[in-house]
Amino acid sequence: MITTEDIKHLAELSRMEISDAEVQKLTGEIDSILGYVGQIMNTTGDMSREVPVLHNVMREDEPTNTTGEFTEAILANAPSREKNYLKVKKILGGNSDDII
Amino acid sequence: MIDLKKLTIKSAHEHLVKGDFSARELAQEYLKNIAEKNPQINAYLEIYDDVLAQADEADKKIASGQATELTGIPLAIKDNILIAGKKASSASKILAGFVAPYDATVVSKLKKQNAVFLGRANMDEFAMGGSTENSAFGVTRNPLDPTRVAGGSSGGSVAAVAMDGALCALGSDTGGSVREPSAFCGTVGLKPTYGGVSRHGLMAMGSSLDVIGPVTKTVTDAEILFNAIHGEDKMDATTFPENIYPKKDANKKLKIGVPYEILKQDGIDPATKKNFEDSIKKLESLGFEIVDIKLPNIGYSLAVYYILMPAEVSSNMARFDGVKYGLHVDGKDLLGDYLKTRGTGFGLEVRRRILIGTYVLSTGYYDAYYTKSLILRQKISDDFKTAFAEVDAIATPVVTGPAWKIGEKSDPLSAYLADVFTVTANIVGVPAISLPSGTVATADGNLMPVGLQLMAPHNAENILFAIGKKFFGE
Repeated sequence: MITTEDIKHLAELSRMEISDAEVQKLTGEIDSILGYVGQIMNTTGDMSREVPVLHNVMREDEPTNTTGEFTEAILANAPSREKNYLKVKKILGGNSDDII
Repeated sequence: MIDLKKLTIKSAHEHLVKGDFSARELAQEYLKNIAEKNPQINAYLEIYDDVLAQADEADKKIASGQATELTGIPLAIKDNILIAGKKASSASKILAGFVAPYDATVVSKLKKQNAVFLGRANMDEFAMGGSTENSAFGVTRNPLDPTRVAGGSSGGSVAAVAMDGALCALGSDTGGSVREPSAFCGTVGLKPTYGGVSRHGLMAMGSSLDVIGPVTKTVTDAEILFNAIHGEDKMDATTFPENIYPKKDANKKLKIGVPYEILKQDGIDPATKKNFEDSIKKLESLGFEIVDIKLPNIGYSLAVYYILMPAEVSSNMARFDGVKYGLHVDGKDLLGDYLKTRGTGFGLEVRRRILIGTYVLSTGYYDAYYTKSLILRQKISDDFKTAFAEVDAIATPVVTGPAWKIGEKSDPLSAYLADVFTVTANIVGVPAISLPSGTVATADGNLMPVGLQLMAPHNAENILFAIGKKFFGE
């Protein structure tokens, strides 16, 4: 049984602000979804069997584009930038209004 | 006046090459139809301003005798596929203002043929949903009955084709998102083999499940569009070379397996079930051998899907942080920026799936949910392997019933249950096609289309095309 506290904690972990009204609504909905998908919990089997079926495909770490080819197009999408940097609020301690 | 209703990619190509009409005239005819119908249907979020310029380029190619099958063919592109320099939003507020920096591989392949991109098609936000009701920009209505949903998540792509607002379209299919709306609107929808079509430039939702697929009016057209977009791509490591799976012969007498057991479950509309049985009879009369098959673990498919998919969603959605692109909502500090941007930018269904995914991947629940799902995914794949040793294709209905009324499935679990027949092909990675198989009467007396689904072994789309063409006498 999932609780409103669980939902609040999950919202925190996934970095989403969710209103109290929505927490109530989501708690009921997610509880019934987890109730349904929980039918798989008694399955038994060996995880190691998966390995031969799926495998990683590797390639050399070589550039696929020329330097700067997409830089402007990508940075133009940033909500806040300074020259070729993404601009964010100060990450560690101090006055959180400071922009670095 | 061009009769758009009867036009196919194949016939349009012949007309263009013969000079019966130009690519410009064809594009104009579609633009006219879109202007008339889109305000009600909401299939398109945007019509591009360079459609006629694209058509003129196609006409030059036709005039020079260089035309290929898709030259001058007007199509719709789902809003989660990138076209360089054009907006792409996945029908989400969180991607407000985002302009694609590069072309998706499927787009560059179509550009090489000078196909004409009409616009970007509406969808459930980040492809999460089966009705397009989760779009941040309003529902796409079913062109055959505007009080009903067009299906989803590729509802805009499919409705665009069904309302003659495009000759064909591209959608993406993670758990049925090309096939289910196709069944609801009477089009042909193909979910190719996992890795059969490059996803470079497709916004990721469930990375072990996602594939781009065509929406068309005929099976022949689906084959043309599939051939144009499929193949190995160095930009997507999940694509594969042709020789990796054994070739299947589609010219012999084909055996079609029907898992009759799963049709006994509750929740299937009786008229839809009857339609399916009639389709099987038709296949039998066309010379296909019908075999009753068992898929012992298929009953777990939907549960497995609704664990694996949200787990992958919660990981893929982590990139939307209000820093790199799209919406930014200011909080009191960097963490506050994340909380507010993601809290207001994502719609309710996206947040619901992120929360479920975060839950099933948490310490203490990971083994109970995620690991068990992976084990079952393997067992379901084994069931398919066993079945495909005996039969060439597997038939089921596409959905449990026809398109529902807008707003009818407000409880998320009831909407999820409609995906019971489509998710399996994504879990196993095999190709599947949705074929319009006639209509059923709804409670309000309307006739709405339903679909027949065929699944084939990995990379055996040729089997699906062969059966589909025979089914329609193409």
